[in-house]
Amino acid sequence: MSTPTLPLDAPAAPGPPPAKDVIAFDNVAIAFEEKIVLDGISFRLPRGETKAIFGVAGSGKSTILKMALGLVKPDSGHIYTLGEEVTVMPEEHLFELRRKVGIVFQESALFDSLTVRDNVAYRLMEEAATSPKEIERRVREALRFVELENTVDLFPAELSGGMRRRVAIARAIITEPETILYDSPTGGLDPVTSTTIVELLIKQRDVSKTSSLLVTHRLQDAFTMATHYFDTKTNQMRLVPAGGRIEAPMSFLLLRDGKVIFDGNLEELVHSQDDYIREYIS
Amino acid sequence: MAAGDFLSSIELISPTEFAKKKIQSLQDYSILAAESVANLFRRPRYAADMMQQMDLIGFGSLPIVLASVFFTGAALALNSATTLSRFGATTVIGQLVSIGIVRELGPVLAGLVVAGRNSSGMASELGSMIVTEQIDAMRALGTDPLKKLVTPRVVATVVMLFFLTILGDFMGLLGGSFVASLLLGLDAHEYWSNAWQTLVFSDVFMGLIKPLVFGFIIATVGCYYGLSTKGGTQGVGRATTEAVVAAMILIIVVDVFVTRLLMVLLGS
Repeated sequence: MSTPTLPLDAPAAPGPPPAKDVIAFDNVAIAFEEKIVLDGISFRLPRGETKAIFGVAGSGKSTILKMALGLVKPDSGHIYTLGEEVTVMPEEHLFELRRKVGIVFQESALFDSLTVRDNVAYRLMEEAATSPKEIERRVREALRFVELENTVDLFPAELSGGMRRRVAIARAIITEPETILYDSPTGGLDPVTSTTIVELLIKQRDVSKTSSLLVTHRLQDAFTMATHYFDTKTNQMRLVPAGGRIEAPMSFLLLRDGKVIFDGNLEELVHSQDDYIREYIS
Repeated sequence: MAAGDFLSSIELISPTEFAKKKIQSLQDYSILAAESVANLFRRPRYAADMMQQMDLIGFGSLPIVLASVFFTGAALALNSATTLSRFGATTVIGQLVSIGIVRELGPVLAGLVVAGRNSSGMASELGSMIVTEQIDAMRALGTDPLKKLVTPRVVATVVMLFFLTILGDFMGLLGGSFVASLLLGLDAHEYWSNAWQTLVFSDVFMGLIKPLVFGFIIATVGCYYGLSTKGGTQGVGRATTEAVVAAMILIIVVDVFVTRLLMVLLGS
């Protein structure tokens, strides 16, 4: 294999990341049952940016998202989310932080004993600071965003896989978080439904200007996000004209054998001379 | 599969590793049990979830608890009659049934029945939530699963098992009364009078302390196995079975120690 495109695994400077970064990983390592999954990875997600994370199955992509929220603790290294070091925070303080970050799980992880309404409203009902009328308004608004307003009284088991994923997105965005973590939002879906989901991600990115980490197996999803913008007038995503750029920056991060072997933008990715990367994106 | 292949497929674990795992499990269980109590004094408190669990655990278990203690009371009366008749003392059946049911059989049977029904239910419900990432989702949405899921179940089980035991005790005495009146031809008034008068404070106290301990065991063991689930749907099945077995064994073992402790404390 040739030399990686960017020298990314050099130890990062100690201490908290610059304020413009919403998430920062600093030399993070984790192993499960003596198998090293992530071996000293470092990267930063600047405010307003979307970063797509790639890697083969079992490369630790989902673990990165869980570690960013403090759901899983690394064996070593430092993780900063919204300026707080989650690696040293006790669980009760993490609950506060997690309220500012949305997450869409791989299999949606909707509460199966609650209706769509209660799933989407969950965080607002837990906070108990919002009136029932306001909760209802915001639930309908979030469901309208994902075009599922007519499903409020259904249970997750009554929805298709794509609809469940869209409800999970509604649940993640209802509190207007600063950052959203997407764990394979199109995994296991048909191409048409996948396109609908990607369009929603672009809509969320361009309308709400949120930063996000997107874990995906599907390179085309990330490429679509990097090359399309959401047109609020027509309510559709559109291809960025030749020579133009999307407003929200998009970057790509590629994992291999527990290391980050690429962290850069679309242009750098497609012009990479690394054999593995070229094979991966071909 | 050849014998060699079979033997090589068995994963051997060193005694040190095994001991470490067991101690780790004990530590995790102790933390869960302590947190479930400590959460009673922390906000938020999930009163609605507690009420829902009380309905599921208490009202849901009512028929089987009443039926099992009723028939045990009846069987106890029948068995006692056989022995007592040799000494012409069948009139004291009420006393025997009363002491047996209130001090021992009522709490233990109610505990075992509720353990069979609810430890498994809790382990499978929480286990399913683990494997479908619903627990992670709950934590990610800013909710402490121990506060939201464990503490309401512990409170509901302790409170409802207490009342189930009281009702169960009555049904056990009623079962004994039916046998005494209908099969043995004893006077019902005499039976109830004997049963009532033989009970002293220590009997009732012992019979009502036990369900509080058993309820705590049932809920914490069920929740612990549920939240420790690993390995998909197969893991949920394993957790469910282990939860029931552990809860039942613990109830039977702890019963001995609680009985002895209360006998010493109450001087009975």
